[in-house]
Order: sequence, then C-alpha cells, then structure tokens
Amino acid sequence: MRISVIAWKELIQLRRDRLTLGMAVALPVMQLLLFGYAINADVRHIRTVVYDEDQTAASRDLVRSLEATGTYDIVGNVRDHGEIETSFQSGDARVAIVVPARYAADLGAGRSPTVGLLVDGSDPQVVGSATSTASSLVAARGAELAAQRTPPIGIEPNILYNPDQRTALNIVPGLVGVILTMTMVMLTSMAVVRERERGTLEQLIVSPVRNAELVIGKILPYIAIGYLQMSLVLALGRFVFDVPILGSVPLLFGIAALFIAANLALGLSFSTIAKTQQQAMQMSMFFFLPNILLSGFMFPYESMPAPARVLGNILPLTHFLRIVRGIVLKGSALRHLYGEVIWLAAILAAFVLFASLRFKKKIT
Amino acid sequence: MTAIIETRDLSRRFGNLVAVAGISLRVEQGEIFGVLGPNGAGKSTTIRMLCGILDPTSGSGTVMGFDIARDAERIKERIGYMTQRFSLYEDLTVAENLRFYAGIYSVARSETKARVESTLERTGLAQRRSQLAGTLSGGWKQRLALACSTIHQPPLLFLDEPTAGVDPMSRREFWEQIHQLASAGTTVLMTTHYMDEAERCHRLAFIFKGRLLDVGTPEQIVARRKLRVVELDVDRATEAAEALRHRPGVDEVAHYGHMLRVATYDVRDPLAFTRDALADVGIEIRSLREARADVEDAFVSMVRAEAQEAAAAPAARAS
Ligand SMILES: Nc1ncnc2c1ncn2[C@@H]1O[C@H](COP(=O)(O)OP(=O)(O)O)[C@@H](O)[C@H]1O
Ligand SMILES: [Mg+2]
Repeated sequence: MRISVIAWKELIQLRRDRLTLGMAVALPVMQLLLFGYAINADVRHIRTVVYDEDQTAASRDLVRSLEATGTYDIVGNVRDHGEIETSFQSGDARVAIVVPARYAADLGAGRSPTVGLLVDGSDPQVVGSATSTASSLVAARGAELAAQRTPPIGIEPNILYNPDQRTALNIVPGLVGVILTMTMVMLTSMAVVRERERGTLEQLIVSPVRNAELVIGKILPYIAIGYLQMSLVLALGRFVFDVPILGSVPLLFGIAALFIAANLALGLSFSTIAKTQQQAMQMSMFFFLPNILLSGFMFPYESMPAPARVLGNILPLTHFLRIVRGIVLKGSALRHLYGEVIWLAAILAAFVLFASLRFKKKIT
Repeated sequence: MTAIIETRDLSRRFGNLVAVAGISLRVEQGEIFGVLGPNGAGKSTTIRMLCGILDPTSGSGTVMGFDIARDAERIKERIGYMTQRFSLYEDLTVAENLRFYAGIYSVARSETKARVESTLERTGLAQRRSQLAGTLSGGWKQRLALACSTIHQPPLLFLDEPTAGVDPMSRREFWEQIHQLASAGTTVLMTTHYMDEAERCHRLAFIFKGRLLDVGTPEQIVARRKLRVVELDVDRATEAAEALRHRPGVDEVAHYGHMLRVATYDVRDPLAFTRDALADVGIEIRSLREARADVEDAFVSMVRAEAQEAAAAPAARAS
C-alpha cells in the first residue's frame, strides 16, 4: 500500500520530468542506431594482396570473383608469407587471400580445398566485412560447384593481431546491458539524491514508511523503464539490424530482473554517498567507464590481463553480457547459464547488502 | 498532566562540534511549546532527535512514552513533522502532495479522498488543488506543508521554523490554525526565532549554543530576568544610546524608530536611573515611560550574560 503510493508519486514526477523520461527512451534508440549503423556499415574496397600458390586458371577465377564483390581491392600479388606481413605492417594491405598450391588439383580430385583469408584485425569493421563477404561468396560458389558434383571449397579466415573479433551481432545484445547499466544506476541514484537536495527525504524518513517500502516503491518505476529500454533495443535489433533472438525471451527478461536490481541497488548505494545530483551523476559515469572497458563489451574478456579480468568479474554487466549474448545469439538455455546467473545473484546480494547497510532512515 | 515529551541530558555532537549539550525538558499534553534560539543554537538537531531520525550521542528521551533511540519507528507513526524548508514535492500538485502524505501515513484508502477534500476546503487550498506546489507563494506553501504534516491527525506536531519567510497575514492565520489544533488536544512543539511568536506559546525553552538557558511561560521567563524597561524619546538618539550602553545596570539599548528602548537590570528606579544617566552627558529627554519587559528583552539579556560568562571563564582559569 505504501509501496504503491511511493511508486505512484515517482511515476507522476517521472511523467512531469520530460527530460529524464525522454533521455530514458531516446538513449537506447540513439545508441543502438549509432553503434548499429557504424558497425553494420559495409566496409568496401579493402586493400588486398593475393598470394596465389597454385597459379592455375581455377585459382585466378576464384580471385577474380572475390574482387568482383567490391569488398576487396586487389593491390598486388605477393610471393610468400613474409611479404604479406610486410604489407600489413606498412598498411599497404589489410587482407590477404592465400590460395593453396593444390587448389585446382584438389578441386579436380574431389577434395575440399581451403582458401586462406588473412585479415588485419586491428580494425574490427574490416574484419567483419572481409570475413563475411568471403564466407558468403565461397558458400555461393560451393553450391555452384556442388551442382557440378565437385566438392565444396572451404574458406579459413585467419584474423591476425586481435583474434577474438566480435561481429556486429554482438553489439545489439551487448547494448542491452550497457544501456541498462548506465540509466538504471544514474536514475536511481539521482532520484534519491534529488529528494535529499530538496529536503523531502527528511520528510520521508520521519514518516512511518519502512526502509524496504521506500526502496522498493522508489525503484519499481525504474524497473519498468529498464524493461522498456530492453524491449526497445531488442525490438530495434530484431527489425532494423536483423538480430534474431534465438533463445527464450521470458528467460532473458527473467534473468534481466537480477541485473536490473543489481544496478538499482548500486544506484541506491551511490545515493547514500553523493550529496548533490551532480555528484550522483559523476559517480554513475565513473562507474560506467570500467563497465564499458572491462565487461567484454568493447574488448574481449579473454584477452584482458588478469587484474582487469578480476575487476571485470565483479561487474554485473560482465555476467549479464554473457547471458544476453548466449540467449540471443546462441539460444542458450538456463542450464548453460547457471554459472553466470549465480555470479549475478551473488553480486546483487552484495550490492543489496551494502545499500541496506548504508541506506538508513536517519540523518547523517 | 501527562508528559508527551521528556528528555534527560539529551546531547548530540557532530565530530568536535557539540550541537546539543545536555538538554532536559518536559512538554505536557496540549501545550504549544516554543523552542527559541538563534541560528545554529541546536533547535533543528533537537527536533530531529525527538522525531527519531537522528540518534543522540548521549542522554535519553521519550516521546509519547517511546524511547527516541530504541522505538523511533513507533514514534514516527504518531507524530507530524514539518521540516525547516517546507519540503513539498514541487512537481506534484497541491492535491497530489496531500494524497501522497495521506498514503505514506497509512490513512485508510477509503478515507483518503474525503480527508484530502476536507483539508483542501478547510485550508482554502481548494481553488489551487491542481496547481503545482512549486508555483505556490510562500504563505500558501506553508499552509500546504502544515496540511500535509497533519493529514493523518497526529496527536503531536513538530514544526521547525514554520513561519520563516512568510508574510504577516499568513503568519497570523497560521497561528490561528495552531491554536485550533492545540485546543483540539494536539501538542505542538515549534522552533522560531521570531520573538513576537514566542509570546504566543504556552511555554518556551531558550536554547543557546546547544544549552538550555531557561524554560517556562513567557511571563515566568521575563520575570526571572528581573528586567525593567523604559522607553524614551530623546534628541540625539545615537549619542544617548552610546552613553546608556556603557552604564552599569543597563542590559540593552535598542532603537525603535525615534524611540530608544532601554532594558535595565537590578535597578530600583529605572526612570530616575535613565534621567540621571542622560543628565550626566547633557542630553535632553522629551518623554520617558516605563514599558513591559518582553521575551526579546529576556532573551537578549540571557545571551549577553552567557557571553560575558564565557569571556570571564578563561580569565578566571588563568588567574
Ligand atoms: N548533519 C550535521 N552535520 C554536521 N553538523 C551539523 C549537522 N546538523 C547540524 N549541524 C551543526 O549543529 C549546529 C546546530 O544546528 P541546528 O540544530 O540546525 O541549529 P538551529 O536549527 O538552531 O539553527 C550548527 O552548528 C550546525 O552547523
Ligand atoms: Mg534549524
């Protein structure tokens, strides 16, 4: 009853605070479009060198059709792997196509030849385009060749320097977690600090409202906003960026509750430390940065140094990212995700404990 | 009489600062009890301890029989508290503010609507029901704040500087409401530093630098200071004031327009005393009469005595 009164009040305030509300909705949309289009944009005309060990009509035919896709600009032929390395280092080329010596012979003998595609991984967008174009081309040719009763050609993309490249697909589910982290922590911490700044918090803590009622009533509307943001990102991802959700949506939304609650608890903890809304905002930003860097959103978790991995592990986003990517991209079921869910629950418990220890119905 | 509030040596420090230093007092049911003191005296800190939102560092107290440290939540259900800056939700309308406070004080849902309506009617806020609280003027804000903190009809009401920044007409109406509440049985404890308001309280407590200087009815407090006051009209008022101020037996000299108000302490005939004092410096008196000493005179005198003692204490220790 008191919870619903507090939530009702919070909703009215939220409705009148057009800026915050607008931000809560516009932020996910903007971020998604920005990230989505930047990553999705087909990178064309990638400077490419060819190392044709076979030197047959068949191998030249393959290179020609790869060039015809428009993705690769053949800038030269090289004679060994050393020269590929050199052209990568100098920036003359970012992709190398390696046709093995027995390409034509293998094709003729009914074996699957494997064409090498070496990609300079320092630019993830190049990697995305280079590998996907080659794969689809080879798949198409494979079908064509299969019709002639010849075995399919394999392509073996080989990404140098940064072997764990993510594709555009990873961005959409990742953004779900990133946006929730940013807005949930910030909105809750500010919602409480605002009351302290305006003096209404004292009026609240002198009332018989219980701690739990106050906290739950205050964060309920923000949980709703969190789900709204999540639905928006997933829907846009599905219909604009063609990222289908392979796994169970109810499972995703269920586990997301843990994640949202963990962020809200953290926001409440911040609100007990920050004196002004500005400080609350700064603290949220300060928290946001390691989330972007250490969670596996920007850089693959596996390639981070050990201390960064330890730090990354205590961020709820790290675990939520694996969960959301697992469910959306791989169709993971709950049994695949137990480890991450337990982590998330443990972090949530720790945050809630901290928040409730700090959040007292007392003046300090 | 039953004590609604009772404290013993109630104290609160903030680091090295002693905000409240050993206050013992008793407030009876149905009283309008005023707490007087300059800014920083410790009034708000005292109220916060009584409301159970700030723990005392030492000493104890009970409010309606509940211990302020142990049973804070029980106290909170039974009191109304209007904070120092009327803390309303400025982005909620008048009616929404009332509904919200009715809700968090668990006014039954079936009753809330009627309660809010009658409050709107009674306070004259009905025409402004849909106005955002932030756009109300000071007087209306105060009225709404009082309505919010009494919507659950608490038997005990704490008001922290309820009339600060409010125009005289609104203050007058506000006091009418306070007296109505009190005659209906509500106990009211309020802080103020308006001396004229102090005189409207049944009893007063004077707080200065966290210490309780005196408690009693306004008449008792004034009487205990043994002050006698004269008001005079003189030629060179500034010079006259200066001459009087340095005269032993003069507690305080204050300008009131063309008049001087002189408070004397322990002087048998204040009229003759004043005449003599001004004759010595050759200033002519146009008119002179004795006036009633008031709470302000008593307060100033008490604070002055305290300051003198404080100044004397280190000297005494040194000798
Ligand atoms: N939360 C706090 N932290 C530190 N000092 C405080 C706090 N609250 C009050 N004080 C200090 O305690 C003293 C008494 O303050 P207060 O009770 O607000 O005075 P009053 O209400 O009489 O003006 C002041 O010196 C004030 O600065
Ligand atoms: Mg105060």
